[in-house]
Amino acid sequence: MGGLSLRIKDHPIINFKNQKKISFYFNDKKLYGFEKDSIASALHAAGVKKLTTSPIYDRPRGFFCGIGKCSSCLMRVNGVPNVRTCIAPIKNNIHVETQEKLPSLPDAEFDVNPKKTVDIDILVVGAGPAGLCASIEGARQGTRVLLVDENQRVGGQLIKQTHKFFGSKQEKAGTRGIEIAEELENELRDFEKKDRINVMLDATVIGYYEGDKKRHHKFGVVKRDDYESRLYEINCKAVIFACGAMENMLLFPGNDLPGVYGAGAVQTLMNVYGVKPGEKVIMVGAGNVGLIVSYQLLQAGIQVDRVVEATPKIGGYHVHAAKLRRCGVPIQTSHSIKEVYGDDKVEGAVVVKLDENWQPIKGSEEKVDCDTICLAVGLTPSTRLLYQTGAEMGFIPEAGGYVALHDDSMETTVKGVYVAGDSSGIEEASTAMIEGKIAGFSAAVSLGYKKREDSPKKKQYIDELDRLREGPFGEKPRISKYKISKLMETRNV
Amino acid sequence: MSSYEKTGVLSTRDLKLPSKKHLEKGVAILECIQEIPCNPCVDSCPVNAISMKDINAPPINDFDKCIGCGKCVGICPGLAIFVVKVKDGRALITLPYEFLPVPKVGDRVKALDREGNIRGDGVIKRVVKNGKTMVITVETREDLAMDIRNIWV
Repeated sequence: MGGLSLRIKDHPIINFKNQKKISFYFNDKKLYGFEKDSIASALHAAGVKKLTTSPIYDRPRGFFCGIGKCSSCLMRVNGVPNVRTCIAPIKNNIHVETQEKLPSLPDAEFDVNPKKTVDIDILVVGAGPAGLCASIEGARQGTRVLLVDENQRVGGQLIKQTHKFFGSKQEKAGTRGIEIAEELENELRDFEKKDRINVMLDATVIGYYEGDKKRHHKFGVVKRDDYESRLYEINCKAVIFACGAMENMLLFPGNDLPGVYGAGAVQTLMNVYGVKPGEKVIMVGAGNVGLIVSYQLLQAGIQVDRVVEATPKIGGYHVHAAKLRRCGVPIQTSHSIKEVYGDDKVEGAVVVKLDENWQPIKGSEEKVDCDTICLAVGLTPSTRLLYQTGAEMGFIPEAGGYVALHDDSMETTVKGVYVAGDSSGIEEASTAMIEGKIAGFSAAVSLGYKKREDSPKKKQYIDELDRLREGPFGEKPRISKYKISKLMETRNV
Repeated sequence: MSSYEKTGVLSTRDLKLPSKKHLEKGVAILECIQEIPCNPCVDSCPVNAISMKDINAPPINDFDKCIGCGKCVGICPGLAIFVVKVKDGRALITLPYEFLPVPKVGDRVKALDREGNIRGDGVIKRVVKNGKTMVITVETREDLAMDIRNIWV
């Protein structure tokens, strides 16, 4: 504990040098982290994987999703309980403590900061690729936009995508996700200077409330400030939900041990904070996420023992699999994790071969020592706020679960409520950016804003989406969007 | 199901292979055979040798036109393009590389095949930077020309 050995020093793509060291307290013990760390990344780098315990069986818990969605990293920070330490920033000399199972309600958090009211044209929830593009497009058409995100910086998952994007020039193909995030942020900041976009970071949209007038949507937003919060009432004429998605869990004994992480969490830890998730990893899932994150683990100097994939076929692009294979990483199709073992944290896993009915083959078990299991087994759209607005939902397996039904303008069944990106169906960043543009453009047009020269824009965007979804790898989103459009049609009849 | 879909490893049967004449001048081998929506290689080619029916079609390299310049090697987001040239009984393989340490010209490295097996020795002949992707030319045995696709520094 206390060492910085899990810190990535040299990296072929990212510069982690010259970071300012700061101190903090973990259960009264002085530890060190870096200025840009989250609390969880600083703890992890200092060797602390167990952040809390489960409420009933006292089982150790580490973080899982790493992006503020799963609440397995809740701790008490400077006296405030239930802080999501994976997205809360580290600050000089803060006190971080493991909390009791059910912490008491903190003393009148909102008393010091009276509620503020903000009136705006368009509220955009989530500053990932879809939300950034929606905000920029909305502002470009002349509307005033408020962009709210839970993190310390904009970019969503783009800020950890160190690989070059596919697609065509329009979607910035050949550019790394981290660079796309920078480009979009620069465009955003230009509109911010003109007072067309306001960005509210470290803030959560907590709920949908009855509006004052029929045409207004009202939301509550909590903006955190040094772990104290302020409540905002947001009145908007349109809202675009670009809330992203949540990593899926896989069922096996020991899946809750610290060291079993979602692929997104592993990527955040190593590519945003420069902290190794562990020294030796088993990747579960050979879709594009599993393949890409495995390659990024190698780039960070971490051993990937193997990739296991339950289906008989590698699901991701062959070119991503080939990058791993030529580095000597085996990909075992028709294999899965039977169990993960360890005392307080992952110490190894039992890998097992599956038959054609997905059943484990007896005698094929192999014990593998490792300290990290990385799950890349799909995502589920984040849709809870959409439910609350009353938008009609549909269960679409190809979309990853329940999604809000929407038309080709990305508008849901509630007027003025739009959706874009993964929360409208799991896909990838290139199409999320286009969906964001469609939503931002359509919302602005519906409010009476439209630049004449932009009129064929929506059709261009839709054609571009169709092109990207045309191939065999676009089958799932193609089916998903088709089913959604059919459900919308039957609804209109 | 093709075997590469299970293993992640292409065999030379999956690829359009260059003739001896093509190999002598050096040409780009596009190890990208699936229909994925991606086309930067087409735009990167200075002699329009690489073509694509539509954005999802696999790229095709016209070996007669290709000049083996290697521009596409550093551009391809899938790191799936390799320039192979055979000269004086030796193979020169130009490949994309995104690891540390970056080798220097003259360094001796291990030459790895598509499964990461060490198949022989190599000598670094050229190192060019394309953004954060290094485009590295390694010289190795002629008979390994169509097998070596990675280096171990």
